[in-house]
Amino acid sequence: MHPAPSVILFTSLSGLGFGLLVWLGLGVLAPTGWVAFVFFTIAYLLAVGGLMASTFHLGHPERALKAFTQWRTSWLSREAWASVAALVIMAVYGAGLVFFDNRWAVPGYLGAALSLFTVVTTSMIYAQMRTVPRWNNPTTPAMFLSFSLAGGALLAGQVTLAAVLLALAGAAQVAHWAVGDRALAGSGTTMASATGLGDRGAVRSFEPPHTGTNYLMDEFVHVVGRKHSRTLRAIALVSGFGLPILILLAGAGHILAAVAVLLHLAGVFAARWLFFAEAEHVVGLYYGKR
Amino acid sequence: MTALPETTDRKLGLVIDLDTCVGCHACVISCKGWNTENYGAPLADTEPYGADPSGTYLNRVHSYEIQPNDGPAQLVHFPKSCLHCEDAPCVTVCPTGASYKRSADGIVLVNEADCIGCGLCAWACPYGAREMDPTAGVMKKCTLCVDRIYNENLPEEDREPACVRTCPAGARHFGDFADPDSHVSKLTAERGGMDLMPEQGTRPVNKYLPPRARDAQMQPPALKPVAEDAKGFVGWLDKALSRVGGG
Repeated sequence: MHPAPSVILFTSLSGLGFGLLVWLGLGVLAPTGWVAFVFFTIAYLLAVGGLMASTFHLGHPERALKAFTQWRTSWLSREAWASVAALVIMAVYGAGLVFFDNRWAVPGYLGAALSLFTVVTTSMIYAQMRTVPRWNNPTTPAMFLSFSLAGGALLAGQVTLAAVLLALAGAAQVAHWAVGDRALAGSGTTMASATGLGDRGAVRSFEPPHTGTNYLMDEFVHVVGRKHSRTLRAIALVSGFGLPILILLAGAGHILAAVAVLLHLAGVFAARWLFFAEAEHVVGLYYGKR
Repeated sequence: MTALPETTDRKLGLVIDLDTCVGCHACVISCKGWNTENYGAPLADTEPYGADPSGTYLNRVHSYEIQPNDGPAQLVHFPKSCLHCEDAPCVTVCPTGASYKRSADGIVLVNEADCIGCGLCAWACPYGAREMDPTAGVMKKCTLCVDRIYNENLPEEDREPACVRTCPAGARHFGDFADPDSHVSKLTAERGGMDLMPEQGTRPVNKYLPPRARDAQMQPPALKPVAEDAKGFVGWLDKALSRVGGG
């Protein structure tokens, strides 16, 4: 799949932002006044900034409101509802902390649940795709949820919680790679089933439909980004999880904690790049590619 | 809503005969022509005369080589367009309701005025039947020429999809798969019409007729050699070499 920067930014930043909102809503940290204002500003900049970035890849962003209509069938529509509901409820909860020095538990828990559900909807947009076997398994939501909760805990300054969750998120990522690397072969979709000609002999793409490229090949058969897969996987694990855990365990001050957050973010970007670049869409089989 | 209809009254679709298709791409051109001039946004071409031409097509023809374990390789031309699936995954993922499957005839369509161009339906389609138009920013797909098949302004023989009408080999057939006595249903039954990627669970309406088995002996038997024993210089050379080589 084509690793569109807008979608990589969106899933990474929004995940972090909603993760922070989860921990704020649950009251794991309950800052008040200006401190609360800073925490909520960071969370909203990440969550809303990510959502804004995601509209850049739309052909007609001016019609985006129509995406609220099909929540009964479409995970993308559910994501639209969940994110707006979470942001509205958490704004009420945040106002309580910032302006009234008061933690209103009910909107907090509700907002936390909605924030978490938003991450679920994002992950299900990918996990529902039978056409992309690497995504079409439970490790996808596990990876998205653990990334979001770990990154959120890191931003929230929860040292022990963040260290444990970062380790879990790293493990979820490794599981996603391990399952994903065997997924296409295990899906049963091959050139033979794609053409229906497999029982006659070995099928080879003799000639593509056109001499040039096309939308399908640009969007679904992205092989360039896979070239440095091993290196990027190592960077994702070390920068995204390993180093931040070490910094946390070393007992970091504010500046080192900021370094840990930036390292984590860089690792998440690398992991998300691979999430798209390594994903093989079955339509590639019609072109003799994967 | 982008929920799929439980059943459709008719199941309009295509039969594509892989035995007959000669790979001339006439269906590709007639499809592009009709669908650029009629229903919805035109099918864009980017850099058509430049170094890197690309364009939106609703129908593309691949060519595959099959190499059996024994016997010569076989070439199969393979046209591919929307299969108007009964369990169309492209429809249910649509967040706006722009993609829908008609309960009357089963045609899968895009309401371009509602399409936000998110591309998710193209991700969900295993066949590559949907292409985002780079100029219009909306998703394009085969309409089964919905503006031809019911069009009473056209002579009756033209009320079928442009690709079917134009195919010089008679490799494409249009009809109602819900009617067991229809031309397409009979063809599918007689010739073992097959689904593409059945394991994806899309239940495609369009069927592909596999190529008929070729004769086992593709080449006539070789003629008997008229001269087994070489004479003259070549004969001497043959004998001398045989003596040296011990043969």
